[in-house]
Amino acid sequence: MQRLKGLWKKEVLQIIRDPSSLLITVFLPLLLLFLYGYGVSLDINHLRVALVLEDTAPDAIRFAESLTNSTYFDVKVVRDRREIEIDLLRGDIRGFVVVPSYFSEFRERKSLPAPIQVIADGSEPNTANFVINYTQGAFQTFLTETFIQRDLTSRPLVQIEPRYWYNEQLESRFFLLSGSLAIIMTLIGTLLTGLVVAREWERGTMEALLSTAVTPLELLLGKMVPYFVLGMVSMVICIFISLFVFHLPLRGSFFLLCGVSAVFLLCALSIGLFVSTFAKNQIIASQIALIVGFLPAYILSGFLFEILSMPAPIRLLTYLMPARYFVQCLQTLFLVGNVPELILKNSLFMLFFGLLFFSLTLISTKKRL
Amino acid sequence: MILSLIKKELLALLRDKKSRISILLPPLVQLTLFASAATLDVKNVPIGILNRDSGEEAFELVQRFHGSPFFTKIIYLQSVEEIAPFIDNQRGVMVLSIDEEFSRKLDRKEEATIQVILDGRKSNTAQIVAGYTSQIILQYNEDFKAKADLVEENSILMPRSWFNPNLLYVWYNIPCLVAILSMLTCLVVTTQSVARERELGTFDQLLVSPLTVRQIVIGKIVPGIIVGTIEGTIMLLCGIFLFKVPFTGSFLYFFCSLLVFVWSVSGIGLFISSLSRTQQQAMLGTFIFMMPAVLLSGFATPIENMPSLLQPVTYLIPLRYMLLISKGLFLKDIPLLLVLERVWPMVVIGICNTIGASLLFRRRIA
Repeated sequence: MQRLKGLWKKEVLQIIRDPSSLLITVFLPLLLLFLYGYGVSLDINHLRVALVLEDTAPDAIRFAESLTNSTYFDVKVVRDRREIEIDLLRGDIRGFVVVPSYFSEFRERKSLPAPIQVIADGSEPNTANFVINYTQGAFQTFLTETFIQRDLTSRPLVQIEPRYWYNEQLESRFFLLSGSLAIIMTLIGTLLTGLVVAREWERGTMEALLSTAVTPLELLLGKMVPYFVLGMVSMVICIFISLFVFHLPLRGSFFLLCGVSAVFLLCALSIGLFVSTFAKNQIIASQIALIVGFLPAYILSGFLFEILSMPAPIRLLTYLMPARYFVQCLQTLFLVGNVPELILKNSLFMLFFGLLFFSLTLISTKKRL
Repeated sequence: MILSLIKKELLALLRDKKSRISILLPPLVQLTLFASAATLDVKNVPIGILNRDSGEEAFELVQRFHGSPFFTKIIYLQSVEEIAPFIDNQRGVMVLSIDEEFSRKLDRKEEATIQVILDGRKSNTAQIVAGYTSQIILQYNEDFKAKADLVEENSILMPRSWFNPNLLYVWYNIPCLVAILSMLTCLVVTTQSVARERELGTFDQLLVSPLTVRQIVIGKIVPGIIVGTIEGTIMLLCGIFLFKVPFTGSFLYFFCSLLVFVWSVSGIGLFISSLSRTQQQAMLGTFIFMMPAVLLSGFATPIENMPSLLQPVTYLIPLRYMLLISKGLFLKDIPLLLVLERVWPMVVIGICNTIGASLLFRRRIA
């Protein structure tokens, strides 16, 4: 115990002396939270589109109004499509809608339907999808108005009543913020420990430590505990900022949230230790930490991209990513509440990976002796 | 003299097998992983259906969900009480709830409502799934009215997507990743080479050599530019041949823009390395620069969605312009004029970066 305390003291001093630890634990989380809280949003509401109004009959004007009234679009109305084709190429508009000159004429005929064309810029598929969907919405509004005008009862018979549970306003900020906590924890856990321990190997101070009376277990614990405390402090800061600055609701219990974070941090730290013991070189350690820690946390955790939509081999791969389980826990604890089954299942997975990597590191440190 | 310094830098970088792999491999792994996993498409999402109506119309509607290519996994719920645990435990993203009156109301030609409950935790997925659902219902409405002779409407919306007709996400990811990962490679090479020499103490040897500071600066920047551009070219080829993304524009324009782009970021690399004392700090600096640069470049979300205060900041990020060039040359075959329109801001940023960074570099090492 005495030796362990000595190790902790050494590690704490190292942390305090190196400004980069402070950068990682305080500055980086704040930067990330700010970016995800304010900067990044998947809620699209200022799509720039053009409307090519070749027809000026009342019907066409009414459609134009339903499009310009849509809150999702900033519409630029032109008469000729040649005016805006270069804008689409340049990316200044996300798409355009064409009401052809023969639109109202065709509407009177019963044989062929009158077409309205929507051209979306496919070079950004997600935005293109929104352009098409929102135009469809505006088109529906137009149709409903037409029916009312003609005094017909044939509104769409089946109405959909959508309810978005747990996030009624559909704020993407809510799930992005809770997910970004997982990224911050991964960064602190895997990247910081990875670099720190790799540096000790690179400089040979690790061998010096190993040649003392310290056992490998003590050595690992001596490394982990200070960073664990650092990570938890950072996590609590992040939670408070999310709650009080970004008004993220916390519907589950605060203590459960801390508990789950502790389990994940344990896991991330073990992975970081393992990577650095394996690589023993800072550049390589940081690259591996990036590949096994940070990137998966970003891409494969389901925080931004839907896991279910990924191809099968990659979907299987996500089961090996501790961040996946953490993201699910975070989103649930913040937005839904304590769902015992889900939290317990995910925590067990994280615990398993944590213990696995911890034992692997322990074994490989022993071998080095 | 500069040439031999550049040669020495490149050798230091590429001689060691481990560091060779660690510089060339990760971007390729990231490209593959990102290209196949990072998709905002939604497919194969399990949904639940609670059908409390025994009529023919409800059955018909459920069948349409079975027939839809978007929904491959449909789970049937038996009671309203099952909805909450189903959503809470994320067994599915959506529950479609049809009440007892549904068919009866439709038979009487009255308006019938179906409830759609979505998991707001994943607001993006939920919205897209809701979009698919309303498409199915819309079609159902049309067909039902046609059958019941209620048709009145005679106009139709015809959506098309240019440049990427099937809206494949890979076609978007690859052009963006080529730019992002070239930038990352260049930054890692530049920052690490200075930091490593500082940590090992060999940097002082360089300073006492007859090389001027300007020559040292050039010697440190050029390898990053070379490796970044080569990496970018390898990834471009991967994108075209491995992922089959069409490249419609001119290779010459692409190559020149890539070179300008990588050069414009290399100044930032020098900047980071003059501020950091250890490799660890250099790595962190790279990271702290990369995160906001990528997030604000318009890669993750459209720039017009960002708060208006942040939007001007994006003009300072070279990646913003390179993304447009890369996407434009891959998919849109943009003319030289449009390429130049994006290249000149990068040139301006590049000049400022290089001059600023060299000044700082000179002061820090003097």
